[in-house]
Amino acid sequence: MTQASLLRQITDYANRANPYPLYEELRKTPVLHEGDGGPYLISSYWDIESLLHDPRISSDAANLAAAGADEMGGPEATGLPPSFIRLDPPEHDRLRRIANRPFGPPHSPHKMDSMRPELAEIVSGLIDGLSGEGQIDLVDQFAYPFPVTVICRLLGVPREDEPRFRSWVDPIVAGLDPDTGREDAERQKTAQEARLQLGMYLAGLVEQRSKEPRDDMLSQLVTSHGPDGPMTTMEVLSTAVLLLIAGHETTVNLITNGMLTLLRHPEVLRRLRDEPGLAVNIVEELLRYEPPVQLVPQRTCIADIDVRGITIPKGSRIWLVLAAGNRDPERFEDPDRFDPDRRDIQHLGFGSGVHSCFGAPLARLEAQIALYELARRLDNPRLVEDPPPYRRNAVLRGPRHLNIAIDGVRPR
Amino acid sequence: MDGDAFLEWLRREGRIVIVGASLAGLRAAEVLRAEGFSGSLTMIGDEPYEPYDRPPLSKAVLLGKASPQHTELPRRREIDAKWRLGVAATGLDLAAKRVRLADGDEVEYDRLLIATGVRARPWPKESEAQLDGVFVLRTRDDAAGLHRRLKASPRRVFVIGAGFTGSEIASACREQGVAVTVAERAGAPLVGALGGVVGAVAAELHRENGVDLRTGVMVTALEGDSSGRVRAAHLSDGTVVETDVVIVSLGATRNTEWLAGSGLGAGPRGIACDAGCRAFDFRGIVTDDIFVAGDVARSPHPLFNYQFLSLEHWGNAVTQAEVAAHNMISASAERQPHMWVPAFWSSQFGVNIKSVGVPSLGEQIMITQGSLAERRFIGVYGYQGRVIAAVSFDNTRWLEFYQRLIESGAPFPVEFPTVDRRPEGRQPVPADFPDPSLPSHGPTVTLSGYSPADRRLVFTPGRH
Repeated sequence: MTQASLLRQITDYANRANPYPLYEELRKTPVLHEGDGGPYLISSYWDIESLLHDPRISSDAANLAAAGADEMGGPEATGLPPSFIRLDPPEHDRLRRIANRPFGPPHSPHKMDSMRPELAEIVSGLIDGLSGEGQIDLVDQFAYPFPVTVICRLLGVPREDEPRFRSWVDPIVAGLDPDTGREDAERQKTAQEARLQLGMYLAGLVEQRSKEPRDDMLSQLVTSHGPDGPMTTMEVLSTAVLLLIAGHETTVNLITNGMLTLLRHPEVLRRLRDEPGLAVNIVEELLRYEPPVQLVPQRTCIADIDVRGITIPKGSRIWLVLAAGNRDPERFEDPDRFDPDRRDIQHLGFGSGVHSCFGAPLARLEAQIALYELARRLDNPRLVEDPPPYRRNAVLRGPRHLNIAIDGVRPR
Repeated sequence: MDGDAFLEWLRREGRIVIVGASLAGLRAAEVLRAEGFSGSLTMIGDEPYEPYDRPPLSKAVLLGKASPQHTELPRRREIDAKWRLGVAATGLDLAAKRVRLADGDEVEYDRLLIATGVRARPWPKESEAQLDGVFVLRTRDDAAGLHRRLKASPRRVFVIGAGFTGSEIASACREQGVAVTVAERAGAPLVGALGGVVGAVAAELHRENGVDLRTGVMVTALEGDSSGRVRAAHLSDGTVVETDVVIVSLGATRNTEWLAGSGLGAGPRGIACDAGCRAFDFRGIVTDDIFVAGDVARSPHPLFNYQFLSLEHWGNAVTQAEVAAHNMISASAERQPHMWVPAFWSSQFGVNIKSVGVPSLGEQIMITQGSLAERRFIGVYGYQGRVIAAVSFDNTRWLEFYQRLIESGAPFPVEFPTVDRRPEGRQPVPADFPDPSLPSHGPTVTLSGYSPADRRLVFTPGRH
């Protein structure tokens, strides 16, 4: 294979189980442009970190569409307006501030802490359900249902509707996969339709909540009384679609990647059982070592910018390969080692800058509780196959199934 | 003993004395131990408390959200030090390598770190300063006393000086529904630090939050009642404001008086040191065994024309202390320069203000993101055609980018497009700093001195 096909190799499903050698190759050309109007791939830690704070980099869907042939399509071209992840300030900031009011400081500083008992109870219930089995699929039986239940409760989406919204979420997420090899136009069209469908489904809930507000985020978004006022109905729908999807599609991978990594490092799994406090650092190291969002492919530059002496022309698309930066030896000592005691650990797993992960505090808490409880209660867990089968997606990367043999489940 | 052997001995069984037991002193002590210093370590502090954090004192503590007794600095590691707390250092004998203490004791050192910081500048008229109800805010005791007064529902609080501390105090008062008047000699709050363009935004913040802001006035007198309690402030425009509590917030004075006559290059502007934190003596010769860190230090910065900067910034105290500690026990080839780009933050009236670089050097300012009217913006300061500083109001996440512009001497004005650029941000305007020779609460960054390469170097030894 030649250098020119590195991007294709990264998006190629055949390399999903272990893309890290490709990222190492990629870092040898820290600003990689394979021509043909393709994106500029940025793979070194410091460059990514600096571009995430660079006001010449735009996340605006309109700029991205103008940048031409887009593997990501324009999922927001019809129907719903773009959500804040695909907007620049000041619109991004306004929507994110409104969304943040019921979710985090300064207005809701205790929200995360107050969810802790509820999260622990959901986790315990799911693990109880694994007893009596000799082999489990961690994804279907735990890592998926847990964050879905959490985000449903947080937003106020009925949990029993999961089969319905899943049929829309799957094509939307597939639309986020920059797999250049697959029939692109059709995939994007399906994704757009699904997004509209999901929006319409949520519109029904939003209408209910605007009449009868409850203690959930959908209600809080429509009735927000902050200085920025409430969102428009369309903005609420875009935001709700974003939060519903981002609220579980990434966490499922964080938990599954986490358990997979722990099973590959049984000594760490054993330590975690006796040291619940270790979960905090383990999750941070996981976000570095196996980040659930591998790359950010939705940025363009609105000016010529210079990275390592290479000029990226105005209007170019830029991919920030977070997972490559996270293993950059210029930044991290022994980067390919999973080290639960690593102290210097400012990873790119949640991005950085104004678009840094909105749900990060929730994802952290979910993963910490989940991994500790799994470590504590699963009796003698072993990987059944390594590597496990992966999901197609190159951006939201994680196992589709994680089959684990267990001798039983310890009591709560 | 040759150099290597001496260093080895020093690290193993030398005596290191740190004068100043606050943020810089503590961090230096921790780094000394972390880097393997196993000799004796003495921490001298004039306050009776172990090191505590000051930024909360004008914020959470005044709001009653944190107790003044519980702002201890978190310890990164054991430092195994002899603590001499509640005893000020009163003198230094360079030749004998001894620090004199207020209780008459003397402590010998092989290496000395001076981190005595600053104290609040008191109200200049002593009899008025002693009136009951007149405060400054610098220490834990100041904050505790002031918090008690604020809780007792004063009719009105009067703040003299609208620098960062004064503005934060006014903000804390308003948040608790306490009536407050702020008197500022300049045309707006924060002008010394951020200039008039940004100061105008700060003035709006004050007024919108119900502060009775009086600018362009001086306080001429504080008046007490027959029982010695403050009851009014008299202003230069002839007005009189009745008040129960006066907070004097006129900036800080460097704690260098104890070094007068010691031979060290110490004066009202601080203690001059090189980029490696080694103190200069009054002749401009660098010492080998005395180091300086934190608010009391002034050191040349290559990014800012080698001017000697003294910075009252939390982050500067930490990094300078770390560099000083490392250099104290390292061979010269191993020593590091203190190259910290100045940065500070403030939170007031619900707005996070952060700055990088040296805004007060700025001749012009350009609003490259957001808008002054919305009070969410980035302002970039230019000096002689390059970017010298940036300030953000509720927009901190972009600042890192601007820090790199400063570090790389990027050209000013900022010609390239940025997200969220408004029409107002297309052209630079004068930054509008007041004449630095006028007295005011003073910026938190002060510039003084000249390039080391400049033959006109004038050095003023300690004289008070």
